[in-house]
Amino acid sequence: MGAEKIQVIEGRALPLRGDDMDTDRIMPARFLKSITFEGLQAHVFEDDRLAAARAGQVHPFDDPRFQGASILLANRNYGSGSSREHAPQGLRRWGIRAVVAESFAEIFFGNSLMIGLACVTASPQDVAALMSLVERDPNASLTVDLQAGTCQAPGQTIAISIPGHVRDALMTGAWDTTGLLLDNYEQVDAVAAKLPYLAGF
Amino acid sequence: MGKTLLQKVWDLHKVRTLPTGQTQLFIGLHLIHEVTTPQAFDALRQRGWKVARPDRTFATVDHIVPTRQRQRPFIDVMAEDMIASLERNTADFGVPLYDIGDDRQGIVHVIGPELGLTQPGMTIACGDSHTSTHGAFGAVAFGIGTSQVRDVLASQCIALEPLKVRRIRVTGQLPRGVYAKDVILTIIQRLGVAGGNGYAYEYAGDAIERMSMDERMTICNMSIEGGARVGYANPDETTFQYMEGRPFAPQGEAFARAKAWWRSIASDRDASYDDEVEIRAAELTPVVTWGVNPGQSIGVKGRVPGASGADAQVSDALAYMGLTAGQPIAGMKIDVAFIGSCTNGRLSDLQEAARIVRGHHVASGVKALVVPGSVAVQKAAEREGLDATFREAGFDWRDAGCSMCLGMNPDKLEGNQVCAASSNRNFKGRQGSPTGRTLLMSPAMVAAAAITGVVTDVRELVDEVPAGVR
Repeated sequence: MGAEKIQVIEGRALPLRGDDMDTDRIMPARFLKSITFEGLQAHVFEDDRLAAARAGQVHPFDDPRFQGASILLANRNYGSGSSREHAPQGLRRWGIRAVVAESFAEIFFGNSLMIGLACVTASPQDVAALMSLVERDPNASLTVDLQAGTCQAPGQTIAISIPGHVRDALMTGAWDTTGLLLDNYEQVDAVAAKLPYLAGF
Repeated sequence: MGKTLLQKVWDLHKVRTLPTGQTQLFIGLHLIHEVTTPQAFDALRQRGWKVARPDRTFATVDHIVPTRQRQRPFIDVMAEDMIASLERNTADFGVPLYDIGDDRQGIVHVIGPELGLTQPGMTIACGDSHTSTHGAFGAVAFGIGTSQVRDVLASQCIALEPLKVRRIRVTGQLPRGVYAKDVILTIIQRLGVAGGNGYAYEYAGDAIERMSMDERMTICNMSIEGGARVGYANPDETTFQYMEGRPFAPQGEAFARAKAWWRSIASDRDASYDDEVEIRAAELTPVVTWGVNPGQSIGVKGRVPGASGADAQVSDALAYMGLTAGQPIAGMKIDVAFIGSCTNGRLSDLQEAARIVRGHHVASGVKALVVPGSVAVQKAAEREGLDATFREAGFDWRDAGCSMCLGMNPDKLEGNQVCAASSNRNFKGRQGSPTGRTLLMSPAMVAAAAITGVVTDVRELVDEVPAGVR
């Protein structure tokens, strides 16, 4: 497998508070109207950023303190809704290489794995602690260590969870699955041959 | 110990356990559309791969197509680019395409069942989260992202983790004016928008068994809004009657053999479930969403929450919606009424809405539109004169597509308009305007709101609201 081996992600973090951040918010549908994923990084959370600016606030993705961050901190059910891969594609292209959240929506989690964006979970208390730490000290460097199952931050180390197969796929570079699915293709043909609806019943 | 339908279908389609521990699952039917596939076809070209099973891959256009002025090239250059790309890709790789101008064009989750492509016992994948719709037939249907679309194109397989199964039994009689949409909105409200994470939802119980296929599709469609990637109902006589005579359904003696097999893949009586929930149909009322996710809903007679204290998520949603904590949802003014989508854009949905609309007129200041889910739905409705009913009442009657469900075509909310919508998502900005507001409800409730101009209990509008479930 030729994909990058993803074992440790180190960098500054961006705290994004709120549950149920759906993929329509992460990447509004109008930016799906393209035949490539290029340029999506410019539109991550675009409508939320505009709304924040109108309200005289600064959205974390616009906050100069968090530019260049590579680890996203999020709350519960991150990435709910649409199956658009444009959402994790936009985040990855913006520079996010790992997301630490309380929990993820299933399709977003799977789509992220497919592009080598590591999604790991941590307890609500630990996520809250990391968010506070990063808001106090935006320059703090975090280290997500998939093998150790930890996220290290200055002064604290928290436990992270990731399903074993997801961790293995990322760590061994087996997250690009197509090659794997094409191996031993006679097995696929054998399964198809047994299906009544493909055999005219 | 018996097995669930999910276990049976999973076992039948399992190729092997991958080194990663995931299951390699064969996909019996791959449905594709213009928005989530261009990058997948590009990946195939870059790697020199073919489409493994063009005979099991079917394409249509739905997300970006205009619902009027459909002559080519489209006015929207980017939309034209996307549709041209799908035309090129399907031609190059030998995949059938039901394009603009074809009688089989429509929303991918409407045409699959209509054509008989969707069948019990299949595994189905599509680059759209509402693929769970096809579960209404006892298929196991997954919404996938573009990289997985690439995988399915190249190998007709995907890598997945096994799912748990939660049986949701809907028991008893639904009150009049309460529809399948109200059932699924209630389920999502009770179990939460993340409640189905890791689960397939099996919808069972006598209320589901009495439902038509259209109604079961509405329920399965919104499984993902409750966090469940897969939702299904067991196939039965209603399913078989729907299947019979469809273009891609087995014919003649093969149909009889198919029925026997379809029956055999239903969940066994002694199957065990990872979780069970019961919903009592008699307790349900028409439901309206008040917030910014499909779990934030109340009965039409209810008051929006937030009066008793500060919950940041509730206050944020209320502020976005322009609602005051504790206010009744009935009476909220609407600007737009949208009837359509893969959730509620089928013939029976339009029939029900037309029954409410007949003899009334859209309230002044309200823009109302009906977008049939497919060309077939559109033509069937026109044969019944529903188009005239809607037009006379002041609705726009449009051509088939996803339209204002997600506003990727010219049908968008403007500014912070409030839309009564029969679609599936009320996320911030969902309907094409970053500040637009969506109230999800049944098509009959949308029709009622269109007529009165405010959120209205459909049961009070007309005396003769027929029961939603026959």
